[in-house]
Amino acid sequence: MATAHLTVDRAEKFRIVCGILDRHGYRPSGLIPILQAIQREYQYLPEEVLTFVATSLDLPPARVFGVATFYAHFALEQKGKHVIRICDGTACHVKQSLPILNAIHGELGTSEKQKTSIDALFTVETVACLGACGLAPVVVVDEQVYGGMTPERAVALVNEIKMQEIAGDAQAAAAAVNGELHVH
Amino acid sequence: MKELTQPTLTIDGKTVLIEGERNLLELVRKAEIDLPTFCYHSELSVYGACRLCLVQVEGRGIMGACSTPPEPGLKILTTTQEIREIRRIAVELLLANHDQQCPTCARSANCQLQILAQRLGIRKVRFKPVHAPVPIDESSPSLVRDPNKCVLCGDCVRMCSEIQGIGAIDFAHRGHDVCVTPAFGKQLGDVECVNCGQCASVCPTGALTPKSEVDEVWSLLADPEQKVVVQVAPAVRVGLGECFGLKPGDITTGQIAGALRRLGFDQVYDTSFAADLTVIEEGTEFLKRKQEGRKLPMFTSCCPGWVKYAEQYFPDLLPNLSTCRSPQAMFGSLIKAMAPEQLKVDRKNVKVVAIMPCTAKKFEAQRPELGVDGDPDVDHVLTTQELAHMIQSAGLIFNSLETESFDMPYGFYTGAGVIFGNSGGVMEAVLRYAGEKLKGGKLDRIDFQEIRGESGMREASITVDNTELKLAVVHGLRNARVVAEQVRAGKCGYDLIEVMACPGGCIGGAGQPVSTNHNARALRTKGLYEADKMLQLHKSQDNVVVTECYAKFLGDIGGEKAHHLLHTSYQSRHRIVDEVLPLMQARGSRKNKVSVCLGTNCYLKGSQEVLKTLLYHVQATGLDNQIDVRAAFCMDECECGPNAIVDGEHIHDCLAANVIEILENHVENEDKREK
Ligand code: SF4
Ligand code: SF4
Ligand code: FES
Repeated sequence: MATAHLTVDRAEKFRIVCGILDRHGYRPSGLIPILQAIQREYQYLPEEVLTFVATSLDLPPARVFGVATFYAHFALEQKGKHVIRICDGTACHVKQSLPILNAIHGELGTSEKQKTSIDALFTVETVACLGACGLAPVVVVDEQVYGGMTPERAVALVNEIKMQEIAGDAQAAAAAVNGELHVH
Repeated sequence: MKELTQPTLTIDGKTVLIEGERNLLELVRKAEIDLPTFCYHSELSVYGACRLCLVQVEGRGIMGACSTPPEPGLKILTTTQEIREIRRIAVELLLANHDQQCPTCARSANCQLQILAQRLGIRKVRFKPVHAPVPIDESSPSLVRDPNKCVLCGDCVRMCSEIQGIGAIDFAHRGHDVCVTPAFGKQLGDVECVNCGQCASVCPTGALTPKSEVDEVWSLLADPEQKVVVQVAPAVRVGLGECFGLKPGDITTGQIAGALRRLGFDQVYDTSFAADLTVIEEGTEFLKRKQEGRKLPMFTSCCPGWVKYAEQYFPDLLPNLSTCRSPQAMFGSLIKAMAPEQLKVDRKNVKVVAIMPCTAKKFEAQRPELGVDGDPDVDHVLTTQELAHMIQSAGLIFNSLETESFDMPYGFYTGAGVIFGNSGGVMEAVLRYAGEKLKGGKLDRIDFQEIRGESGMREASITVDNTELKLAVVHGLRNARVVAEQVRAGKCGYDLIEVMACPGGCIGGAGQPVSTNHNARALRTKGLYEADKMLQLHKSQDNVVVTECYAKFLGDIGGEKAHHLLHTSYQSRHRIVDEVLPLMQARGSRKNKVSVCLGTNCYLKGSQEVLKTLLYHVQATGLDNQIDVRAAFCMDECECGPNAIVDGEHIHDCLAANVIEILENHVENEDKREK
């Protein structure tokens, strides 16, 4: 996760946003597809980008914000590197998915409001039903599905990912010191 | 049985004529039945969400009256057992999620929710609240937003976008979390709101209310060290009575003067005096521009909602605004400047309180340029409603107060000053002055009927002594935007444009009593024209106190001292504070900083291209590790956009090439410095 990467990314993304607006001819009626395309780039809708979109479409920022928050599909917060989704559909709920959610929140310092951990490694979300009720209670980390979860196993899983990340970072740091990895 | 051809329908068994009403609700109300509504306002679009206006239509079932067009022959019942129960449930559900602190609410006794709960006989709420309390937003100098009292009727949202063309607040989130909020959940004081308060004047509850300064004023009045001078705006005299059961438009000037004295104000003056002064300064300024053919059309500048709007949306037209301060501001500045001489007290011991029909005046009073060394010219602004509260709290029986007159000298005014309070009045007052100046003698008329009226956009052309003056009068900022855009495009030949942000002008300001009388604005306007008629003098130039003021204190009209005390300047302004978009971030400690403005004005002038080219260049030359690039949203210098800043150096009218050149110079210098 070198910062240089992010930097180049941002400028590139800004150009992409301009391209998206161009493609939609700066028409306010295109707001939803525009937001969708922007979210594809950023994984979420940054506030400043929304302000820019509002300016370019000659819409009040409050209207753009209203549309962006109306559709559950749009995220206004940056997502963590790993997205943990806990199913709170009826089946999972009955099988005690709530204690799992609370355990994960407790471990990561996240909450209903603050969904992404401070180190930006995790975003914790609940979902209505993942269609895997047979495995209830279900937790999905990134694309990987874990069935028959317990609070203890969930915490262990989260910590395992954390350890991997730290190890990965240490490796990268060591590599950088040895001059092997140079930021581009 | 003569009107056989006229279409009719029946409401609760009574036959009612259909005469062009747009929906059943209008007909029901015409039939003198007060059908409850939260989300219906005749001037706004139909929303149909509150479901309180339900009626039973025979053969069709229960329907929303606000969204059903009238048809001949319909049989309508407005209250049935079923409808009563639906209404009760609707109101109970709203109450369940409402912060029920009624006795301490600013809208207590004037809240539609409270009134309805009483009307429907609700004594107990059967539902549990589902919302956790959220913080109250007190960031605006003019308004308080208490989302805990919002019933989500959307009246404010539609007012702000449909009538004011701003859209500072809107619905956000979904389902259970829906709320009305400024963009990104920010506070009202941090966004493009112009403080007109029209949202508050349509809000049925205490969710949006004018911010009160009553407590501060009571403290001033209790302080023996302070000389407290009060000025009363024209529109207050035709609105205040409504708080005491009088009709809109009833003139209560005499009681107001009496009440203010009883409340303990030391000097009781009239803003209409300062309006006369404004006419002289503004009229002179206008004639000068007209003669020189410069900076026309001239826009009036007495409405603080409009001024902030222009600063945000039309910075390129700011030179077209009259530089005259508003009457409130002129009054404050003059009194405080003269106090040491005339009242024999230090500036710091003189306090000016203004009674205004307006919430935006509270913002205006806090503008740093309208004060001296941090001491504001106007210390506190109370709305008409707040004055009513003070009168009630002092236990004064308003309607039986003896009528008194304002103090001399600054309580002396002409009819021209009084009509400043309604749409078209400023224009007419200026014409009464400018007309005589153009003619070089007495005008034989004082009334300019051609510019009166209720329409939100009016124009007229008046010829005096071979000079034709093309005039436009607008109220509601959406209308102002239409005219300003025409001016920007060079598509209209107006000389003078009067703008008032509030529908109907100041008489319809958000500080006025919240009225359920649909005719209130017309009646208040009529009241002001009557007040004008009742006075002996109708032209500001006949105001002897104004003349004396120039002779003894101000010097020449439009002269240096007058300019210093009575005029001001404007500056372009951010819509949303503190918004920047970082695009590249330097990694090392060594960095140069570039920002390019993407605010509306710069954007329209092509700043996006500048930024794109710059980004390519920086990357192509491999400088991206030492340069911070960011986009800003308005650098408050819209007139010279596109704007960019390189390490603190402002570049106006920039092209990509010159930003790059300057940036490279800075990088080079940095290189040298490092060596
Ligand atoms: S005060 Fe005026 S500008 Fe501000 S939110 Fe209300 S209606 Fe809109
Ligand atoms: S703030 Fe007032 S006007 Fe706006 S939606 Fe809420 S209750 Fe309605
Ligand atoms: S007034 Fe008809 S639904 Fe609100």
